[in-house]
Amino acid sequence: MKFDRHARRKLLSHSVAVLTGLAVVAVLYPLVSIVYEAAVRGGGVLFQNGFLTSVPPNGCTVVSCSTVGIGPAIVGSFIMVGLASLLAVPVGVMAGIFASEYRTRGFGRAVSFTADVLSGVPSIIMGAFIYGYFVLYDPSSTYSGFTGSLALAAIMIPIVVRTTEEALRTVPNAMREAAIALGISKWKMTLRIVLVAALPGVATGVLLAVMRTAGDAAPLIFTALGSNLYPHDLFHQPMPALPLLIFNFALSNESNWREVAWGATLFLLLVILITNIISRMVIHRLSEKMTGNA
Amino acid sequence: MEGSKLTVEQLTTSSKLTVDRLTAYYGEKPAISDISLQFPDRQVTAIIGPSGCGKSTLIRCLNRLHETAYRTRVEGRVLLDNEDIYALDPVRVRRRIGMVFQKPNPFVTMSIYDNVSAALRFNGRPSRDETDRTVVRSLEQAALWEEVKDRIDAPAVSLSGGQQQRLCIARALAADPEVLLMDEPCSALDPIATAKIEELIGRLKHDYTVIIVTHNMQQAARVADYTAFLYLGKLIEFGPTEQVFERPTEKLTESYITGRFG
Amino acid sequence: MESPTPSSSSSNRPPLARVLTKTLLRGALPAFAAAIVGGVTYVQGYTLGPFGLSHLVALWLTVAVAVAATFGVVAGLAYVARRWPDPTFFGVVAAVGLSIIALAVAIVGILVYNSQASFRAFGWSFLFGQIWDPNRQIFGVVPFVYGTLITSALALLIALPLALGSAIFITTQAPRWLRRPIGSAIELLAAVPSVIYGFWGLYIVHPYMQLTVEPALQKYLGWTGLFSGTPIGLDLLTAGVILAIMIVPTIAAVSRDTLAAVPAAQKEAALSLGATDWETIHVAMLPYARSGIIGGVILGLGRALGETMAVTMVVGNVDQIPTSLLSHGQTIASLIATELLNNNGPLQISAILECGLVLLLVSLLVNVVARLLVWRVAKVGGGAIE
Repeated sequence: MKFDRHARRKLLSHSVAVLTGLAVVAVLYPLVSIVYEAAVRGGGVLFQNGFLTSVPPNGCTVVSCSTVGIGPAIVGSFIMVGLASLLAVPVGVMAGIFASEYRTRGFGRAVSFTADVLSGVPSIIMGAFIYGYFVLYDPSSTYSGFTGSLALAAIMIPIVVRTTEEALRTVPNAMREAAIALGISKWKMTLRIVLVAALPGVATGVLLAVMRTAGDAAPLIFTALGSNLYPHDLFHQPMPALPLLIFNFALSNESNWREVAWGATLFLLLVILITNIISRMVIHRLSEKMTGNA
Repeated sequence: MEGSKLTVEQLTTSSKLTVDRLTAYYGEKPAISDISLQFPDRQVTAIIGPSGCGKSTLIRCLNRLHETAYRTRVEGRVLLDNEDIYALDPVRVRRRIGMVFQKPNPFVTMSIYDNVSAALRFNGRPSRDETDRTVVRSLEQAALWEEVKDRIDAPAVSLSGGQQQRLCIARALAADPEVLLMDEPCSALDPIATAKIEELIGRLKHDYTVIIVTHNMQQAARVADYTAFLYLGKLIEFGPTEQVFERPTEKLTESYITGRFG
Repeated sequence: MESPTPSSSSSNRPPLARVLTKTLLRGALPAFAAAIVGGVTYVQGYTLGPFGLSHLVALWLTVAVAVAATFGVVAGLAYVARRWPDPTFFGVVAAVGLSIIALAVAIVGILVYNSQASFRAFGWSFLFGQIWDPNRQIFGVVPFVYGTLITSALALLIALPLALGSAIFITTQAPRWLRRPIGSAIELLAAVPSVIYGFWGLYIVHPYMQLTVEPALQKYLGWTGLFSGTPIGLDLLTAGVILAIMIVPTIAAVSRDTLAAVPAAQKEAALSLGATDWETIHVAMLPYARSGIIGGVILGLGRALGETMAVTMVVGNVDQIPTSLLSHGQTIASLIATELLNNNGPLQISAILECGLVLLLVSLLVNVVARLLVWRVAKVGGGAIE
């Protein structure tokens, strides 16, 4: 009898091992499928000459288009994400410093909590927020790259605040105490010693926020609106973006446009993948350098 | 060195656990080398030696816990009643050879009752009555029953350190093992708690073979019938406690006992 | 300004007046100046700089700077009491911190402001309104509550076993060399943008659902009444499946971290009692990690509630209360995405934004609960937590 039970227990344990292994396969399968489909369906288009620089077809049919491309979308995304980062990174890092270094005061904790909570706000709500003031009521602004950047910045800021704060908190207090004991003023200590020590973490956080924002279409739908032409004006005309292009072209009835969407998908995936890998390598190198020298 | 190594053929009838040329590695480095030893049945054997001599590694090989760590390897045999435990299913082995750890580690999410009855639940669910009886009996054996009988459903972590350690002993005993391994069980406890546990070890040996690792020589002298002295991963001397402490055959043993190093 | 006399420095504190002046000169005064300039600019209606910053931005800058100035003064006074050794730094950083709180307030505020028209028209019954008809200008949030809740519930139901199972596999079963690659792959899953999930869902998952999965479900589980209607594939079920795939990385990452944080002593305690692998997981690891895992699930729920692009592309986009899992539906997020630009007038816009307000408040609540449970599993740079 005891042997029976033992065998059953072992069987249960092994079944769990198999089931959890299957769970991993099920979880990773979509990743494989997405990459595969994007490669197969978009690969042909992506590597055609001029795809990355041409303008999307305007009302041309399968027959009449010779070159189609996603050039404007790439430029538009680049501009908006860049602008958003320009605003979000300093604000986010400074607020993160505040949340971390002054957390003994209730205020610092309030900021930390708020940033935490804000990071869970759906990105479309951020877009609706910017739309709700700028586009609806402010006569001097309209669908534009600027409002799109603001929406993206609103999404990036809480992420950067949180990751900066966490990175700073991993720096041991012993370091801060040592610096103060040497008579270094607090701001110098915070910026030059603590922040530098936490730099790999902070950099990772920033890159994470940038990558997430680069692929986000929701906040741009009614702020930047998207277009098919190269952007000329940051403030007064709609600006194209890669995820917007994918969204619009994917729903189109023309297979030509859908092909462009697949090409854009493959491009975006490659950019994200490569950025992911490179950032990991750089951060690894950075932290090695730091722990090596410290 | 040769003189104190008992060969496998001698004392086989009264040996519960026999270690035969055991070497255990962490990565490439051997933590213990070529140890041969016999642990007599229903006696208390102490393993002593300075820090890093391999006592913990040795005892963790006896219930096959050593191999669960990263990049470890074991060579040699350990015979439990003439069966090599390394040829058996480790789950079965650990049921027959229980362990109490250096820091008390009760299951933090469970009550006292659930902690003690944990092992019973693995092997199907015995009746509530049977479980109750086993729990009471184990707690009595561990000299804890009187202190907790009114709050047996309280969280295990609400007990003091010494009580938690006795709880862990009760938990190990509830699994009905044949051998009880104790890895420095008192080193995290105060003297009063230590004394209680040493006292209960003296009673436990009537039913179980006890092997205790200790860095405290006086403790070995107090509780153990036999003592093994390890140094730098090798067995230096083994024998009845009285002989090892008063008439050691190895110079190294004598130096350690008299406090010249370690 | 008096000059300090050596004999009076028995307590080593600089004279009050000197400290105040220093602080004012260093921090507060320039701040005040900027605030005045900014305020004047705003009032006069000028725009600043070559890019034509709008009035609101100028106002925002002014407020922030004024706050910094205030802090400069307060900090200067506090400096006397030796509590804030670096007033300028504190002032600047605190002002930025304040602006984060201001941002949160602004988001809620603007959505509330924009919901006014809808609230005036429908009052509290908007929250119970079951009809959304732009032609008749009648709006209610209930159809989208159904859509949001059903898709999110489906997503959690599907994602939890898969994510938890993967986390268990990674922390206990997988050989060590396999652990980081699998973890990285799951993080990559989290990095894939929502539109791409939607695109893939629309062209690869949807036909599969329509032709294979849904007919099978109708055949074998039709008796539950959950699967009535013609299978088209663009429905709540498909949206739930895609959402599940998207939140698995979130739940898996948190679960993996909490499981990995179980102390070895607990696991060894179980092993030493003769437990099998599964029994060790079941007895020693899962109870210990339980609150963290639940926190991860709620975090996943929060993400599912607000997920927009992927859902918009596969959910069917019909503004009615669904009758089965195979009905076309609409979530609040997909509503905003599809109808904010194509609408029948300002009342509809206001109603849409009021729905957005509902979503915002629910997301905030869910997020607060999740954070309380997860307690910041310290993971800097991990992508999957979002």
